[in-house]
Amino acid sequence: MKTRVIKLLKRLAIVALFTPALVAASEGIHLDKAPLSTEQANLQHGAKLFVNYCLNCHGASLVRYNQLQRIGLDEKTITENLLFTGDKVGDMMTVAMKREDAEAWFGTAPPDLSVISRAKGADYLYTYLRGFYKDENRPTGWNNVAFPNVGMPHALWNLQGEQTLVEKTGENGHQEATLVLSKPGQLSKDEYDQNVADLVSFLEWMGDPSAETRKKIGIFVLIFIAGFYVLAHALGKNYWKDIH
Amino acid sequence: MASIYPKYQSDGSRLGGLMEWFDARFPLTSLWKAHLSEYYAPKNFNFWYFFGSIALVVLIIQVVSGIFLTMNYKPDGNLNAAGIPGAFAAVEYIMRDVWGGWFIRNMHSTGASAFFIVVYLHMFRGMLYGSYRKPRELIWIFGVLIFLCLMAEAFMGYLLPWGQMSYWGAQVILNLFSAIPVVGPDLSVFARGDFVVSDTTLNRFFAFHVIAVPLALIGLVVAHVLALHEVGSNNPDGVEIKKFKDEKGIPLDGVPFHPYYTIGHDLPAISIFMFFFFAVVFFWPEGGGYFLEANNFLPADPMKTPNHIAPVWYFTPFYSMLRAMVWNFFWIPAKLWGVIAMGGGVVILAFLPWLDRSPVKSIRYRGPIFKNLLTVFVIGFLILGYLGAQVPEYCFFDQAWLPGAVIAQIFTFYYFLFFLTMPYWSKIDKCKPVPERVTFK
Repeated sequence: MKTRVIKLLKRLAIVALFTPALVAASEGIHLDKAPLSTEQANLQHGAKLFVNYCLNCHGASLVRYNQLQRIGLDEKTITENLLFTGDKVGDMMTVAMKREDAEAWFGTAPPDLSVISRAKGADYLYTYLRGFYKDENRPTGWNNVAFPNVGMPHALWNLQGEQTLVEKTGENGHQEATLVLSKPGQLSKDEYDQNVADLVSFLEWMGDPSAETRKKIGIFVLIFIAGFYVLAHALGKNYWKDIH
Repeated sequence: MASIYPKYQSDGSRLGGLMEWFDARFPLTSLWKAHLSEYYAPKNFNFWYFFGSIALVVLIIQVVSGIFLTMNYKPDGNLNAAGIPGAFAAVEYIMRDVWGGWFIRNMHSTGASAFFIVVYLHMFRGMLYGSYRKPRELIWIFGVLIFLCLMAEAFMGYLLPWGQMSYWGAQVILNLFSAIPVVGPDLSVFARGDFVVSDTTLNRFFAFHVIAVPLALIGLVVAHVLALHEVGSNNPDGVEIKKFKDEKGIPLDGVPFHPYYTIGHDLPAISIFMFFFFAVVFFWPEGGGYFLEANNFLPADPMKTPNHIAPVWYFTPFYSMLRAMVWNFFWIPAKLWGVIAMGGGVVILAFLPWLDRSPVKSIRYRGPIFKNLLTVFVIGFLILGYLGAQVPEYCFFDQAWLPGAVIAQIFTFYYFLFFLTMPYWSKIDKCKPVPERVTFK
């Protein structure tokens, strides 16, 4: 009996450690799973999209340009292709737009994107960047399914084209809103999704640039500790063998 | 301390001579013997007895990683040119530009959660085996004070990354001061040093987090261990090993703490702990959003209140108790009752040595009343912890008849009832006979 109780309590303690992680809170909107990549080609393409389309308004002011070397770009490539005039390769990826101007234009200053992937999650970003639709009631003419009444216009509209939100009755009788491509852009739907995936992969990398490094080192650390445990356990057993 | 242990005698070698010189001027031999090589601990320690040593290891991890973080962190609540608060930028500077900074930072953030996991298990061990009972009341009280310090340390440390959760969590808790009658509102301003949480608050929290509280914490840990070594450790049987000694005065059921427990018992356990700890540090630093919260990757914004503010997981059981109090009675407003419940939830632990009137210490020989009530207590505490992280309107399984708020009230009530009625039920419980000596396989 007593061992049963202790076993139960032990089990409870273990459950206590892990339940909160299993019961993650779910938000209202449905998020599409972002097909993330850690391949350098995808990250570099994402970096290019980021600098061309995002960095005009959003900063990544906690990131230095030369950290892009970690995704396989050399300093020369960064300087020639990704730097704005006047910036140096050791500078932070800041934005030239003044915060007061931004507030006047968009109602709020665009958030810094350095760690946005860790705040919002890749799936949210992937859904958001594919979720813009035309809405004449908004000052910018754009709205978003993932972020209703967002202040940001669709920066990638020439790639994706224009979507409209169509209300229709679904199979089970519920009213459903679906996005329909009303005016095609430069890219097909699949191409656009792939571009957004690359961009989100880059944001994910930028949120925690050491992620890949630490996983590589981590394996060796855990193997070392496991080996150490085997020795420590054998040593401990040896000490205790005379105690009765 | 001039002591029962003979001074070190040189064997004539140069090193031996140096040792003799040193030991004549410093109680090295007697400290070593009194606390390690001739401190006799019961030989029947089990799984639950790992967590004291592991807590010490986590303390060392936190102090060392903290020193390195302090070298690069700046407690600056003002916005830089890019509109990011200095403190938030400093943490990301550590994560990106400081060599190995991500490793140090992930260790420190994981260490905070690990500390609470280990300390909660360590405290629970005390409840299982009656480790707080006479003559160990002071050890337990020092322990409760350590727990209080740890909560203060964690709360203030959590402000330092200066994210949204840092900011608004501190705002909510500091506002609680204002519930105190008459002086409350002034006290709240005094604690913040400002009318809102600001750069001033950040700087004083930094001072408390890196020096004031750790100093108190380490002092209390020393007192905790000294008091333990004065009376000797309890064990899973809850019997005193000092009752049976051999002709030299050594407890028959004791083994020298070093090397039997240091190397023979704790080192393997610490390596298992390290395995899980570094698995989190290297592969899972966010801990599913519980060790590093998603919202804390948004810089603190005093103009934007998040929809849902919840403390970090290790405070949630007590946060639930705070929220459970929704009635004004005895002329005391609900908010003050909440503060009393939250504070009382921790403070009541200190009275455990006098609330427990059971004739036996260990759960092995205690009766069904204790076992059942303790099981419900543990389940209730976990549910309180879970609910403390949810919105107040939360219902289990989305069922309106399982409202989280009411269930939290029930278990808060149970939590206090468990302690307050303990003097009664612990006395009448049907205990089993306790063996004279420890059981050892």
